[in-house]
Amino acid sequence: MLELHNIHKTFNKGTINEKPALCGVNLHLNPGDFVTIIGGNGAGKSTTLNAIAGVWPVDEGSIVIDGETITGYPEYKRARLLGRVFQDPMTGTAATMEIGENLALAARRGQKRGLRWGITKKERERYYEMLKVLDLGLEDRMTSKVGLLSGGQRQALTLLMASLQKPKLLLLDEHTAALDPKTAAKVLDLTNNIVTENNLTTMMVTHNMKDAIRMGNRLIMMHEGRIIYDVAGEEKKKLHVSDLLEKFEQASGGEFANDRMMLS
Amino acid sequence: MNLLALDPMRLFSALPGNIAQGIIWGIMAIGVYMTFRLLRFSDLSVDGSFATGGAVAVMLIVSGVPAPLAMLAAFGAGLLAGLVTGILHTVFGIPDILAGILTQIALYSINLRIMGGKANQPVSVDKYSLAVSLRNIPKALAVGAVLAVVLIVVLYWFFGTEKGSSIRATGCNPAMSMAQGININSTKVLTLALSNGLVGFAGALLAQYQGFADVNMGRGAIVIGLAAVIIGEVIGEALAGKHLNFFGRLLFVVVGGIIYYIVVGVVLWMKMPSNDLKLFTAIIVAVFLAVPYLRAKSQNSYAKAAKKGVK
Ligand SMILES: Nc1ncnc2c1ncn2[C@@H]1O[C@H](COP(=O)(O)OP(=O)(O)OP(=O)(O)O)[C@@H](O)[C@H]1O
Ligand SMILES: [Mg+2]
Repeated sequence: MLELHNIHKTFNKGTINEKPALCGVNLHLNPGDFVTIIGGNGAGKSTTLNAIAGVWPVDEGSIVIDGETITGYPEYKRARLLGRVFQDPMTGTAATMEIGENLALAARRGQKRGLRWGITKKERERYYEMLKVLDLGLEDRMTSKVGLLSGGQRQALTLLMASLQKPKLLLLDEHTAALDPKTAAKVLDLTNNIVTENNLTTMMVTHNMKDAIRMGNRLIMMHEGRIIYDVAGEEKKKLHVSDLLEKFEQASGGEFANDRMMLS
Repeated sequence: MNLLALDPMRLFSALPGNIAQGIIWGIMAIGVYMTFRLLRFSDLSVDGSFATGGAVAVMLIVSGVPAPLAMLAAFGAGLLAGLVTGILHTVFGIPDILAGILTQIALYSINLRIMGGKANQPVSVDKYSLAVSLRNIPKALAVGAVLAVVLIVVLYWFFGTEKGSSIRATGCNPAMSMAQGININSTKVLTLALSNGLVGFAGALLAQYQGFADVNMGRGAIVIGLAAVIIGEVIGEALAGKHLNFFGRLLFVVVGGIIYYIVVGVVLWMKMPSNDLKLFTAIIVAVFLAVPYLRAKSQNSYAKAAKKGVK
């Protein structure tokens, strides 16, 4: 479903701030794979997701989704294939627009936007049912502005938006990091439901190692712009947090000093 | 100043004319609303495209083109001006304010060319059939009101469509818009073009109303447009509160233009020198922009927090 071939990306090339962020990333995802991604700060996790989403062009390598090479597409053209939820709950939705309007925008991802009405009555009925499933009381607030919602509600809505037009690949970049533990757990549950129900191929970046082990069928660890560990199936299920910490220590040459990873 | 020496009848008799001008500038302000509020783009090209609209319309009318067609052409000319600003911004990466200023300056020369090298071109209502004229204010009021309402209805519809929604999303959250597959460069260019088209159309109306096009007729248009947008917002929110929907917002932009021109009428009636008008306008806009900010700040101030902490 996704193929990354030898992706390289260096930021601020040729300046004093030159920063190689991806140094030959190779990855192959099968349809329905749900991969969790861990790694220390600056390891290149977000950069990998951004490379796929097309936030900027990569320096080298190719990106293929479902047989279609998208390396040369600008961001808005790739959107048709991708669902995305960001770390900051503000990023994924339009605050001054209504809940229904946000969903309607997402429902037209990858389609031509013409002079038809932006949201139809039938759509509203469909969204009502979908919002009801979230169990956040949003179904009765369809005409409220999204800016009035809490961070957790916004992330849940963004998830729904990302899956509305079934994407080939769902990209989640620490999408629960800004939420309180209880809300985070709820949004993770919702993530699991949406991914399984729609059988979505998914990449989820997290700093919570327990979640990384518990969720999905595959786990990769990144370090200094490379994938240093890739495990799937039964082997992944048997992992413990201590195994991951050890792996990480090996990779970073013993100088393990990442308190964000320690915490979880 | 001796207020008793002022004749209230004169203020009263000037009122319809002020309202007619206010409607025309209100239509112009709807264009400003589209960029400033919906797209969140400070577009200064309007000072130029307003005069372009006036110049194009007058030159066409005096060469025998019917007024409605000339006004359509003025819309088209404004559209092109907005297109240029949009391309300068999206293709060449020039910041919004600068892109607008470049277009505005370029249009000054172009407008002079359109008017055959003259800074001013008259169009007499005695010789040509004009859509509006200050010589027939009741008609100007009627035509202006009908045009404004039609425009508001059309724009209300347009911004409810898929295309219109994608423009609103672009203004609100560009990152989200791209993630939803919206080409934000093309929505920006489209909005700038439509906005300036509307501004050019309003310029055509004003030129006919006053009986001439002038290369300086758009000077300060952006500030007057902002004044109308902001006055309309403050009043609309005060009157309608939460019930102010998009239709109401557009309507109150025009109301804002009318109120602005009524105030201008009062100021002139009080024999304030008309040269001071721009200063006066700038102060109005600055105050209206500052008040919501200062009010929010006073509700949320460090000094207040410190005082409360002491108690
Ligand atoms: N747009 C950018 N411009 C310059 N440098 C960048 C940019 N984006 C990322 N980087 C750099 O690239 C490196 C990898 O960053 P990335 O955001 O991918 O890390 P990450 O693995 O997501 O880390 P975190 O856990 O902190 O989110 C970092 O050194 C970062 O500073
Ligand atoms: Mg990151």
